[in-house]
Amino acid sequence: MGFKSIDYFNIDELFTEEELLVRESIRKFVDDEVIPIIEQYYFEGKYPEHLTEKLAELGVFGITLSEEYGGAGANYTSYGLAMQELERGDSAVRSFASVQNSLVIYPISRYGTEEQKHKWLPRLVRGEAIGCFGLTEPDFGSNPAGIITTAKKIDGGFLLNGAKMWITNGTAADVAVVWAKLDGEIHGFLVEKGTKGFSAPEMKGKHSLRASVTSELIFEDCEIPEENILNVAGLRGPLSCLNQARYGIAWGAVGAALAVFHSAIEYSKSRIQFGKPIAKFQITQEKLVWMLNEITKAQLVCYRLGRLMDEGRARPEHISFAKRNNVDMALQCARIAREIHGANGILGEYPVMRHSANLESVKTYEGTHEIHTLILGRDITGEDAFE
Amino acid sequence: MNILVCVSRVPDTATRIIVGSDGKSIDKNGVKYIVNPYDEFALEEGLRLREKNGGSVTAITVGTDAATDVLRTALAMGVDKAILVKGDEPTDSYYVAYNIAKIAKEINPDLIILGRQSIDFDSFQLPSMLAEMLGMPSVSVVSALKIENGQVSAERDVEGGKETVACSLPCIISAQKGLNEPRYPKLPDIMKAKSKPIDTREAEKTEPKTSIIGMEIPSKARAGKVLEASDANIDEIVRLLKEEAKVI
Ligand SMILES: Cc1cc2nc3c(=O)[nH]c(=O)nc-3n(C[C@H](O)[C@H](O)[C@H](O)COP(=O)(O)OP(=O)(O)OC[C@H]3O[C@@H](n4cnc5c(N)ncnc54)[C@H](O)[C@@H]3O)c2cc1C
Ligand SMILES: Cc1cc2nc3c(=O)[nH]c(=O)nc-3n(C[C@H](O)[C@H](O)[C@H](O)COP(=O)(O)OP(=O)(O)OC[C@H]3O[C@@H](n4cnc5c(N)ncnc54)[C@H](O)[C@@H]3O)c2cc1C
Repeated sequence: MGFKSIDYFNIDELFTEEELLVRESIRKFVDDEVIPIIEQYYFEGKYPEHLTEKLAELGVFGITLSEEYGGAGANYTSYGLAMQELERGDSAVRSFASVQNSLVIYPISRYGTEEQKHKWLPRLVRGEAIGCFGLTEPDFGSNPAGIITTAKKIDGGFLLNGAKMWITNGTAADVAVVWAKLDGEIHGFLVEKGTKGFSAPEMKGKHSLRASVTSELIFEDCEIPEENILNVAGLRGPLSCLNQARYGIAWGAVGAALAVFHSAIEYSKSRIQFGKPIAKFQITQEKLVWMLNEITKAQLVCYRLGRLMDEGRARPEHISFAKRNNVDMALQCARIAREIHGANGILGEYPVMRHSANLESVKTYEGTHEIHTLILGRDITGEDAFE
Repeated sequence: MNILVCVSRVPDTATRIIVGSDGKSIDKNGVKYIVNPYDEFALEEGLRLREKNGGSVTAITVGTDAATDVLRTALAMGVDKAILVKGDEPTDSYYVAYNIAKIAKEINPDLIILGRQSIDFDSFQLPSMLAEMLGMPSVSVVSALKIENGQVSAERDVEGGKETVACSLPCIISAQKGLNEPRYPKLPDIMKAKSKPIDTREAEKTEPKTSIIGMEIPSKARAGKVLEASDANIDEIVRLLKEEAKVI
């Protein structure tokens, strides 16, 4: 039967019936439709495009968006549980959903005009349109305030010039949410696929997130109509979106950790060395217990953060804490699980190496581990290390 | 077509079962419950028939307040109505059948669908008991179902093959794996299910026809013996299994 995750402190009792139903529904979907195929796509370096329609059908795009625009109108805890299950399959599938939900649907619903919302949101929810989010540039990653892509006001519209890099789904996207400087201040713009002067070549050669499309976005005198500007100015625009995505990643990381933990438990019980299962060796038990500990703590952080989000009381620092802790924890779990699987751990037959490689990206994107450390450090000392 | 689907709430198959201190029931602490997997096929079939022919699907369960979660799942999958017959935790199939039959007489469904068995007690009794109480034909362990102009054609798994049974509506069908692929509840439907009402009725107590005297966990299956090529008597063992025990 279905996957049952470790729940050492009966945290499930704290979730509502609907929240658990959301998790169970996506859990089954991931067991049936993602896990059996993902390894092959990862190996070939391709995103499983056929999943988009199925994910949309399930209601995974627009989870917290109101029904008015076709969303499910669910709470943040449900959103988190959905991200957890998707990433238990693969970080690429969760990344796709994070971008669509938090980095495209969210900014359009929050900063878009009624016209923009009606044009894009229902299509994004149904998966008929794919979106991407372009902030990072070749020379500006951790320091997005410095971006040099520019927008110039021209008659009836804007002229974009510059380049973005590392953009998830860039090549596939029908609409790009692009952050550029207009008179020295950051603004958001919607750029449609096929606009003259806009191209989005795929970046190749990744050893991580291989089942996800990552692209450059190139703007060469790209002219967009006046109505394609979002109504927000300054760094808070992109950062508010990143906060949403980071929240989902904190949950997603737990999903990846659950996948490798359960694989390690199973393997350690069945692998015989020196005439006994390796689960009988103290060193193996210590490793498994370490994972149990860290996963359980991360689950509690997620649960609490979800409730704070739902009450509108979560601070960006809470989200930094959860993203930083949980992703690092998951990456360490994946490495330890790989050790427990011995040589088998490097094979695609087990999910551990794939998750381990994926989590290297997850540790870097959406604010690197170090950047979140400095955000928290600033919060508790009052000293700003970025200055 | 009005369809009644019976659903039961069972411990998750992945749950580690521990016998409670009374030695007659399971220790519920930490146990996770799910919709009986065979009932998911029943629900899916009901929904597909409604989508094709119109009508409505009602899900029913007999149990305590805790059983609302399986009804919520049924509502999220798309059933129109949900009935909780609230009473004692069911352990006696007769009690469950009696209470479902009582509601069935009231709502007169054209079709009642159940899972072939409930994976907690595996008693297999409900479809037949209901058929007897309601005086309806019933077909069990159905893996393909066709209904046209009130005529039912049901394919069922039998030892080593298939059997096709015909009957007329109203009737009772018990669902086997393979009947369909149950749908995943969609997120917007899960949210809508939250506000759909659950019709709660009081269960009628019945004189128990069976009672549980004791429960125990099976002792670990004895480990089989793996014979190596060097085991000289291997051919002899194969011969004995074939000719004497006639098991292979
Ligand atoms: C697979 C993948 C998908 C991505 N998808 C997107 C996307 O869809 N949209 C998007 O806009 N971006 C995306 N990114 C980009 C991602 O957000 C950046 O990689 C990230 O912000 C880090 O920037 P960088 O790679 O330029 O590293 P840098 O900023 O150059 O950092 C290099 C190292 O220096 C450290 N460092 C930097 N500044 C400091 C400091 N002040 N103190 C201490 N240490 C510091 C960093 O922590 C890091 O370890 C993606 C990245 C990857 C790998
Ligand atoms: C790319 C690659 C190339 C290789 N090339 C060769 C080669 O050319 N020739 C060759 O002969 N072999 C080769 N190997 C095999 C390699 O030497 C074995 O993988 C290694 O000895 C570990 O064995 P195992 O994979 O069976 O893991 P296992 O022995 O099953 O170990 C699994 C886990 O249990 C732990 N464990 C095992 N026993 C104990 C114990 N008593 N106490 C605590 N922990 C324990 C291990 O540390 C490990 O974490 C290669 C392996 C790889 C991955």
